[in-house]
Amino acid sequence: MLLAIDTSAGTSVAVVDRDRGILSEVTESDTRRHAEVIGEAILFAIERSGIAVDMLSGVTAGMGPGPFTGLRVGIAAAQAFAFGASKPLLRVVSHDAVAWGHYAAGHVGPVLVVTDARRREIYFSAYSGVDSVGLPIRLQGPGLCRPADLCEQVDGYSRYERIDAAEVSAASAGLLAEGLFLHQRAFAAPEALYLRAPDVTVSAGPKRVS
Amino acid sequence: MSRATTGPLVLGIETSCDETGIGIVRGTTLLANVIASSMDEHARYGGVVPEIAARAHVEALTPALTAALAEAKVTLVELDAIAVTSGPGLSGALMVGIGAAKALSVALDKPLYAINHLVGHVGADALRDDGTDIELPTIALLVSGGHTSLLHVRDLISDVELLGETIDDAAGEAFDKVARLLGLPYPGGPQIDRVALGGDPKAIRFPRGLSQPKDMAKHRYDFSFSGLKTAVARWVEQKQDAGEQVPVADVAASFREAVTDVLLTKAIAACSDLGVPRLLLGGGVVANARVREVAVERCAAAGIELRIPPLSLCTDNGAMIAAIAARLIAAGHGPSSLSFGADSTLPVTIIQA
Ligand SMILES: [Zn+2]
Repeated sequence: MLLAIDTSAGTSVAVVDRDRGILSEVTESDTRRHAEVIGEAILFAIERSGIAVDMLSGVTAGMGPGPFTGLRVGIAAAQAFAFGASKPLLRVVSHDAVAWGHYAAGHVGPVLVVTDARRREIYFSAYSGVDSVGLPIRLQGPGLCRPADLCEQVDGYSRYERIDAAEVSAASAGLLAEGLFLHQRAFAAPEALYLRAPDVTVSAGPKRVS
Repeated sequence: MSRATTGPLVLGIETSCDETGIGIVRGTTLLANVIASSMDEHARYGGVVPEIAARAHVEALTPALTAALAEAKVTLVELDAIAVTSGPGLSGALMVGIGAAKALSVALDKPLYAINHLVGHVGADALRDDGTDIELPTIALLVSGGHTSLLHVRDLISDVELLGETIDDAAGEAFDKVARLLGLPYPGGPQIDRVALGGDPKAIRFPRGLSQPKDMAKHRYDFSFSGLKTAVARWVEQKQDAGEQVPVADVAASFREAVTDVLLTKAIAACSDLGVPRLLLGGGVVANARVREVAVERCAAAGIELRIPPLSLCTDNGAMIAAIAARLIAAGHGPSSLSFGADSTLPVTIIQA
């Protein structure tokens, strides 16, 4: 049983169980209120699931890709919750969760997951389908590009069904993590997937004032 | 009962700028003060880069929590409450601490207190190991790379007033910028201090911002360091243009003197005007030797009691945030609601958000 948190788009928090499925899911689609809503989202997800914190076997964090400010609120929360509850942290790529949800709903075939990266850019990941245990196979990405460049960025763009995901479901992230854990697959790396360097410029030196 | 065993056990999280601070206090007793700084990552940019600071907080939080609990020799279940800075500060950086604090609060089912960073700096003086309590009212001069504020503190948890603040750069920022001008690395404070040794603080009369009679009416307790920075730059450029050697020690000493002079002149004036015989210093600029020296001299001359907490409690830290929460709890204040957000301009009158 996992508490899952994803703030790569809006704020989504869920409690999932490998056998019983989604026990609760709380979603706030506003993409600018992550810090405000994260606490209550976690609290309500746990309350509505009817489970106690010590019954969890782990905490799942959606690691992005996602615009930085909101993304890391969820990552910081997942880390801290795992630390507080003394549970392992299981990291997943947020786009993988979208693909997992798509295939779990019965769809088949290659799919291209696209999410908003702000600043007139998009994040993308390409999947060929699922493997023998139903886990999505990512062929390319996650990557970052301008919308107009996507067809060049993705090899074989035309063969993909494109999903522009406005939300990333924490329940999907959690169930994906259950699958990865069960089948002993690799989880995502500890680094948040911002896919962008911080905005900074190294100044050439002090400018003259006179 | 010894002081160490009384009072609420509070863990404080501070991420308002480039320091990830986790502190643990029991009442007024400091048990742990762990600070992880991303300062080195900002060095090549000559100042704090908000996005770099925010990213660093995510990585530093869990190790800092582990270290603080070990240092305090307490476990999470023993905690009475969690406290976190909700402002003022860099909003992206604040949000990391807020997200972590809320999750920790729910995971542990512990009350959460959202605390004002500037009031936290004053709270640092409540963490004393000599058994005495913070004396109020006091004037507090808080000076760092992020803020320059003069407060009138009548009560730590219910009555704090902002007398004045910088209208442009923070004093710490001015140190960084002038250091750059003189070809010195970041952070500028310690560098200016180092090269000012042996320099003549009276060699160059740099301007004291907002100290002219015409400014004093409207900005009696406000600060401005932008003009000073420009004056130093212009002075250095004139020397360079004339092909002369820049007397770095004299420039550094004179610049530092100007900053120190204006900071302490306004702080002491506030003490006199308001009849408050106490001055508390806080913020990273307190590390500056000359600031401390002048504060000691002028407070002694004016009959003002000067308080300077240990440097590790003057720079941004989680213990000072926990200290305010501990006091709120002791006074019977309930926790903050779970829905507060980061407020980069949180006024000092809002001590608990
Ligand atoms: Zn500060």
